[in-house]
Amino acid sequence: MKSELTPPIGKISNVHGQCISLIGNDIDTDRIIPARFLKCVNFDSLGESVFEDDRKTLKGRHPFDLEENKNASILIVNSNFGCGSSREHAPQALMRWGIKAIIGESFADIFYSNCIAIGIPCFTLPKKSLEKIQNHCDNKFLFLEIDLKNSMAKSKDLRFNLEIKESSRKMFLSGEWDATSTLLENKNLIENKFNDLPYLKFNSHLM
Amino acid sequence: MSQDTLFDKVWDLHKVSSLPGGSDQIFIGLHLIHEVTSPQAFGALKDKNLKVKFPDRTVATVDHIVPTDNQSRPFKDNLAEQMIETLENNCLEHKIRFFNIGSGNQGIVHVVAPELGLTQPGMTIACGDSHTSTHGAFGSIAFGIGTSQVRDVLATQTIAMNKLKVRQIWCENQLSNGVYAKDLVLHIINKLGVKAGVGFAYEFAGPAINALSMEERMTICNMSIEGGARCGYINPDEKTFSYIKNKLCAPKNKNWEKALTWWKSLKSDENSIYDDVIEIDASKIEPTVTWGITPGQSIGINQQIPLLDELSPNDKLVAEEAFEYMSFTPGQSIKDIPVDVCFIGSCTNGRISDLRIAAKVLKDKKVYKNVKAFVVPGSEKVANEAKQEGLDQIFKDSGFQWREPGCSMCLAMNSDKLIGNQVSASSSNRNFKGRQGSPSGRTLLMSPAMVAAAAINGKVSDVREFIN
Repeated sequence: MKSELTPPIGKISNVHGQCISLIGNDIDTDRIIPARFLKCVNFDSLGESVFEDDRKTLKGRHPFDLEENKNASILIVNSNFGCGSSREHAPQALMRWGIKAIIGESFADIFYSNCIAIGIPCFTLPKKSLEKIQNHCDNKFLFLEIDLKNSMAKSKDLRFNLEIKESSRKMFLSGEWDATSTLLENKNLIENKFNDLPYLKFNSHLM
Repeated sequence: MSQDTLFDKVWDLHKVSSLPGGSDQIFIGLHLIHEVTSPQAFGALKDKNLKVKFPDRTVATVDHIVPTDNQSRPFKDNLAEQMIETLENNCLEHKIRFFNIGSGNQGIVHVVAPELGLTQPGMTIACGDSHTSTHGAFGSIAFGIGTSQVRDVLATQTIAMNKLKVRQIWCENQLSNGVYAKDLVLHIINKLGVKAGVGFAYEFAGPAINALSMEERMTICNMSIEGGARCGYINPDEKTFSYIKNKLCAPKNKNWEKALTWWKSLKSDENSIYDDVIEIDASKIEPTVTWGITPGQSIGINQQIPLLDELSPNDKLVAEEAFEYMSFTPGQSIKDIPVDVCFIGSCTNGRISDLRIAAKVLKDKKVYKNVKAFVVPGSEKVANEAKQEGLDQIFKDSGFQWREPGCSMCLAMNSDKLIGNQVSASSSNRNFKGRQGSPSGRTLLMSPAMVAAAAINGKVSDVREFIN
């Protein structure tokens, strides 16, 4: 029933949970959620279809199908995770499966902003540290306590300094990652910009 | 940090404020929407009790889910019908211009906006689609956004974003005969890698870029995102201005003069500073084909699929995955690999010039037996123009199916899909696992001319043998 999870709201300063490791570079958003699942007018039921084709191919051996991972919430990935399509359906599907934070070597730009926009903090770590976590995950359960204030992740016997864009970190701590209201605060500045832009004057026939 | 590039200028011009976290609030001059990534954004507006701030600055069309065989309504696919209806209702309710099927202006959003003259130099353009980078061909700063940001643009006409760094990709010399913009951009992505562009805007420049037509420039900028760059652009020039002139939504008369004066002032300064500069020799590029599961895994037509040892440690992991998925052997020639399906279309290569080039190759030739070949024009305008020139007949005579406009098998959200592990020669932009609708389908990306050559021979071929 993970697909009925309530999306996060407000300040996010800690994420605590079990890690799930997904090995591979350049895992694209078509793989995270194949295009046929984009035929929907809301995101509600995407969780069950996350990695659908990869999971079918691996016949139950995909990390998202393993019994021991069913309560995991911190996804561990490699480099350029989420490349390709801008579909927010990808992080939405991960979130609705149960993912609350992602740690990887690097993320594709649009995927990263989509994660921030829906309240999934994404952190980076050097390749070596990731391999350490991924090996750890392979052998036994790894629980991490992520602290956004200090950009730290720790378990019983591991400790990492996480990297996160300072703007994203601050937005999570203040709760402003849900950007609409922050953007709306500058109503007058937006109006001024609208009135000032040269091309809106010579394109007035379109308005 | 970059200085005085076109990117810097357009960014600064559109900056509304510095946000508390350190990112910028950027005004979006033109917002394009389609049926797939907008419904949840309109839903969120409703939940928050918000209105569309500047409905005139958003333009809609329908492209991803439309069938290309029979477009009569209601669509056979109920879900597709529900999506187009939702878009129709949202546009009606919020007074947004919508170029629907049959309007004469429907098509793939990145084909439609330029051909209507909506895409103009110096604008910021956003759309819930990663190939929005296409519009950078006009010297606009254009990038894909997710649905939450679509919501933000609808509600505020702005988004929160960190400023990108700027890498200039200087393309020296000229492409040789039979080598096209698609080959150039595949080559660039191969040289730089699929994640080199993360955090960057790409400025494409140099003699090889200047020589390209506007449609070829769109092909280049379109695929910036496949190199990891959310935004790619080219400084505007006379070709840009004359492409826009007299288009339906282009400024007219006095406004045209004003526009022209402003556009001419828009370019990277001669001594502007880039965060990085890369040089490519365009004259050395061959017709290029992908062999793997990322757009960076490509080689020239006369080359062999690389051996694992030839690859950098970083590329090995995904190469191994590619060998397994594609069932190709390291060291194997890309040439002569048999193909099952040939697809010409998409926002990368579904424009009239693409169809003209492919038709020229196909004239008086036949598609190889058992190869399924089809062409999907990028828009209704492209389709009509092609028909006027008799291109549709050339395609049909050769054995290609002539379809209605849409995204089609680029991402296979309609019924155009690969079956099983079919190999497709495709003029689209992504060769990801499962991208063309079958979880085991295999995609080889190439130029439309190369797709035409593959269709005739039933295998990957060098198009230069047909045109020289």
